[in-house]
Amino acid sequence: MPDVSYLDHAATTPMRPEAVDAMVPWLRDLHGNPSGSHRLARAARRAVDDARDDLADLLGCRPGEIVFTSGGTEADNLAIFGAGVERGVPVCSAVDHHAVLDPVRARGGRVMGVDPSGLIDLDDLERVLRDAAPVGLVSVLLAGNEVGTVQDLDAVRAAVDACAPGALLHTDAVQAFAWTDIATRAAAADLVSITGHKFGGPMGVGALVVREPAAIAPMLLGGGQERDRRSGSTPVPAVVGLAAGARACAEERKATIERVAALRDRLADGLLAAIPGAVETADRAHKVASNCHLCIPGVEAEALLFLLDQEGVCASAASSCASGAAEPSHVLSALGVPPSLAAGSLRLSLGWTTTAADVTRALEVVPPAVARLRS
Amino acid sequence: MRILVAMSGGVDSSVAAARLAEEGHDVTGVTLRLWGGESDTGCCSVSDVDDARRVADHLGIDHHVFNFGTDFERNVVQPYVRDHHEGRTPNPCIECNRHLKFDRLLRRALQLGFDAIATGHHARIVGARGRRRIARGVDPRKDQSYVLHMLDQHVLERTLLPIGGSTKEQVRAMATDLGLRTASKPDSQDVCFIKTTEGRVSFLGRRTTLTPGVVVDGAGNELGRVEAVELVTVGQRHGLGLPGGGPPRHALRVDPVSATVTVGAPEDLLVERQTVGPVSWAAEPVSGSLLVQCSAHGRPEPADVAPGPDGTVTVRWRERHRRVAPGQAVVFYEGDEVVGGGPAHPA
Repeated sequence: MPDVSYLDHAATTPMRPEAVDAMVPWLRDLHGNPSGSHRLARAARRAVDDARDDLADLLGCRPGEIVFTSGGTEADNLAIFGAGVERGVPVCSAVDHHAVLDPVRARGGRVMGVDPSGLIDLDDLERVLRDAAPVGLVSVLLAGNEVGTVQDLDAVRAAVDACAPGALLHTDAVQAFAWTDIATRAAAADLVSITGHKFGGPMGVGALVVREPAAIAPMLLGGGQERDRRSGSTPVPAVVGLAAGARACAEERKATIERVAALRDRLADGLLAAIPGAVETADRAHKVASNCHLCIPGVEAEALLFLLDQEGVCASAASSCASGAAEPSHVLSALGVPPSLAAGSLRLSLGWTTTAADVTRALEVVPPAVARLRS
Repeated sequence: MRILVAMSGGVDSSVAAARLAEEGHDVTGVTLRLWGGESDTGCCSVSDVDDARRVADHLGIDHHVFNFGTDFERNVVQPYVRDHHEGRTPNPCIECNRHLKFDRLLRRALQLGFDAIATGHHARIVGARGRRRIARGVDPRKDQSYVLHMLDQHVLERTLLPIGGSTKEQVRAMATDLGLRTASKPDSQDVCFIKTTEGRVSFLGRRTTLTPGVVVDGAGNELGRVEAVELVTVGQRHGLGLPGGGPPRHALRVDPVSATVTVGAPEDLLVERQTVGPVSWAAEPVSGSLLVQCSAHGRPEPADVAPGPDGTVTVRWRERHRRVAPGQAVVFYEGDEVVGGGPAHPA
């Protein structure tokens, strides 16, 4: 690896060795389509079933409630499009990921506001639920990909049950899995999206939990895999890696959170002290342990990232989707951050491999880069 | 030198980057994202960013994307709409060069520690420090000196135009030799932010009010009607709603306030002088006998250039000259070298 300080774990985090080790035999030595009947197929089937059991345990659901997908975006789309038009319109929060926002808009849905910390405004939620009736599905990002706010799904569930009984609750828990116990934090949701590469599993695989009695219609038709909810040959190595990565992540979660939260606090406090005018986005008490998000006045994010990259600090401005084009962040506007401040946004996201040296380097590199751009 | 090369994804800027890398400079490529809307004119599209990135990969140089969409909207698209609205004929490529590809990019480049920027324009930079000028590219069919006429000493001192000394064929040949994927890519054309399938009328119609107008002769007699006076250009002959069969008539004047287009015979288009301004000069203002060019590939004509009031310049043509549409750039050359230029005033 080049000598870099990688602080972009919210974009993707390195695979855990347990996940790599679990995958290797299925990439190199073993093959077989789990839908088949011969011995190799049956062995593959067993590996997928084991992975599904393991993941179900970690997600607090039954194995049959897991639908493997190609990742978080597919899981989100499957939740929203699969919930069925006849149920009513979908509603999501203004800070949701585009993988939720865009399908919700495509289905003619509504968007509810958040407070300056990024927490769902429950009054606005209730208003939207009554206005938009009938609401078929409410989607809430469990942990934000940009500023890291964690929502209280129990409170959202109560509002949904009161104002739109019968509506499904979906949560995009893609960023949350590494930093919260999904089995409890997302217990109130009918539908839960996760993806492997945000917690140490491989890229290209994720899952949607469809908690009974909720049911969804498939988007992909074909061989009828995943109990007719998602056709396509089950990618055995990916699924095995997903479960192994999730297990490794969950087993160390408590210790990782403690360690990373201390590093994050040192990083955020250090930068706030060293950069005049820098503002921390959202209340740290409501954030995941890994998120350090600042808005730095008088600086263009694109120029800052260029200088950080040159000094070996990998960071991002907002989410890391598409071309990396610096479109104004919809999340920051939803939080009420003025455009002039949002133009200088910097997201440093820590992860399970982050060391004190990574933080030290960022503390050494970011303030002079900001000073240079301001001069 | 540390050089930031603007790579559009076309063959010219690909070769510009290749040449600089070959000369041993520390080269970084950048593609500017300028227009978020739809485009089908081969400019600023996602596939162009991909081409630029893959060429940079091939050359072994870093490639970045800078999003200057807000600046482009403010400095190119809005003025384009405003110019039309006020009856002028804008040249958005000039404004894009002025504000984005040079001013904005150079500021960013210097901020990031680069010594210079480079582009794939077909033009050269000649002369000593403090007296640098844009000169015509050696390929007369591709010469872009006209659209770079406004660059000043600050920019010229820190800009490289590596392919201005080559013909298009030489550029393509070098791209082919290097195995660059952009070697046979067609040149971009037209206004990049307006889809050819949509057209100017529809684009402007969404952003400004288009005013139906009357077409009159010099005596004020109505001869026809047009859907939008804002889209009529001085000198224009077709699309004026005039009955066929008569003598050729050209638009002489466009007045968006009274929604009137005045037309006349071809000889009525000819004028003896032309006011230009505000004028940007490469270095010191120049006057006297110069060559004057009024469109990107127009013929340079001899004229006497004299300073006028308020930073304007008066061009006195040697031979009476077709009037220039207000807003079009009028560029002054000494031989092959640009000394200055600016937008035409109404005749």
